[in-house]
Amino acid sequence: MSPSRRSTATATVLLAVFLSSSMLVLRQVDRMRRSTPLQEVLFLTSPKLLKRLSLGYDGLLACVYWTRVVQYFGSKHFAGAREYALLAPLLEITTALDPHLIVAYEFGANFLAPPPPGGAGEPEQAIALTEFGIRNNPEEWRLYYDLGFVYYMDLHDYKNAAHAFARGAQVPNAHPWLKLMAALMAEHAGEIQTSRMLWTTTYQTTSDRNIRANAAAHLRALQVDEDVTNLEALVSSYRQRTEHWPAAFSDLEAAGMLRGLPSDPLGQPYKLCGEGRVEVTDPDDLPFIQKGTPAGYVPPLKPRFLPTD
Amino acid sequence: MSARIAYIASNTFREAVRDRVLYNLVAFVLLLSGAAILVGQLSIGIERLVVINLGLAAVSIFGVVIAIFIGIGLVSKEIDRRTLYTVLSRPVRRWEFIVGKFLGLAGTLVVNTSFMAIGVFAALFYVTHRFEQADGWIFVALYFIVLQFLVITALALLFSAFSTPVESAVFAFLIFVIGSFAQDLRGFAAMTQGATRWLATGAAYLVPNFSSLNVISSVAHQQPVAGTLILSNTVYALFYAGTALCGAVLIFEHRNLK
Repeated sequence: MSPSRRSTATATVLLAVFLSSSMLVLRQVDRMRRSTPLQEVLFLTSPKLLKRLSLGYDGLLACVYWTRVVQYFGSKHFAGAREYALLAPLLEITTALDPHLIVAYEFGANFLAPPPPGGAGEPEQAIALTEFGIRNNPEEWRLYYDLGFVYYMDLHDYKNAAHAFARGAQVPNAHPWLKLMAALMAEHAGEIQTSRMLWTTTYQTTSDRNIRANAAAHLRALQVDEDVTNLEALVSSYRQRTEHWPAAFSDLEAAGMLRGLPSDPLGQPYKLCGEGRVEVTDPDDLPFIQKGTPAGYVPPLKPRFLPTD
Repeated sequence: MSARIAYIASNTFREAVRDRVLYNLVAFVLLLSGAAILVGQLSIGIERLVVINLGLAAVSIFGVVIAIFIGIGLVSKEIDRRTLYTVLSRPVRRWEFIVGKFLGLAGTLVVNTSFMAIGVFAALFYVTHRFEQADGWIFVALYFIVLQFLVITALALLFSAFSTPVESAVFAFLIFVIGSFAQDLRGFAAMTQGATRWLATGAAYLVPNFSSLNVISSVAHQQPVAGTLILSNTVYALFYAGTALCGAVLIFEHRNLK
């Protein structure tokens, strides 16, 4: 073998050995680091500083930070986290870098406001974020809608919800339901009807698949809550009339109190349990339901949406 | 006179387009525009914004890099290879040489930007499946980016007329960074008093105002750009590039090339 070929062969073998060794060592390092508790840290917290450091490419940096928000919330939500320490600061940075990034306000409020595990449980931060969005985009009626939504759903603050919807109704090209929402809030209307109206508007006006799926699941849950309330009232009424609990829904049907056997929005029959309790067949398929769940039921960490939503 | 300038410009253009680094940078921008599609899919609701922001930022940053690194070598390379003496021994004035070099590189940058813009628009079409009328504002952002290149090229030529290529690159890059802070510099000037105010205001007007030439974020949101801003920026960039070019000519005219 010529000296040149010998060098080539040696170098090739060494390259393969060194590369595979470095990969093996890196795997070991990864294993060691995995056990190290990592703290959530945001090294640059000042939106103003980041805007200056962006050298005018603040729109691009806002997209980067928004992607970080989505990844942060998604990974923590998937892991069933109950605390989202960096969510509000990340959203503040994102929207300061690009105050016209409407999607960050809309989703941001949805990430921040709902109680854990659905969200961060920080409705005040969601309100501050949405108000900042309104100040910078006063013509976006959806932001007023989101604001009213947070006030109503998460804070049960009818007065401010009505005010938010009324402000939104004044925006040109606003959804006509905003006026109605404002009126409903002012009257402190029935919760299920108002919630249904809010989620229906969300379902109809969003172009995002995830929001639509979430709205559809909430609408099904509202339907179940209403059905269970009505069915339990019927069962109580049957008991008053006959002085005993019905054994099945067919007893109510025979008594002329029901037309057909009742089923949930997914087509599964409702179950009549002891002492007039009504339950759904599979509560895991109906996330967000407040009624109709078995005693001691713990919902899954991640709500299960239907592929058709 | 114009024929000589055109000849130097076309030669500079031909020389620049033969540079392999140029192709690598353009290819990298096209790759970034393509990657923007994937980045957008990692997030929610910003596919279009990412393509425009990342695509135009890549065009701008890599164009500045090309302008600086080719611009600083325009004069020094000719001196190192001693081809400058051959050129100047002919009936070519020094200022014609500088202006021809500037126009040649400006032409290269316009052609490069056009190719990179095709990549951005292709990525945008892939994401949105159609173009909207408001997407036309992207052309304005690209036009402003080209104006930015003209200013940077003229500055690179100015610095290369009196310093080494490395120093010229550092100066040009620093001026680009400072120019991006021009608005803040003006804000700082407004907050100060007396001589500091005069100095800060003078500095703010002396450095090129690149922030006013950056409308990437607005066009990404389909916001229109005022016609008066287009006109003002055009005039400003031409005046500024002209100033830097005149400075380069003045220095080069008096430079001892022996």
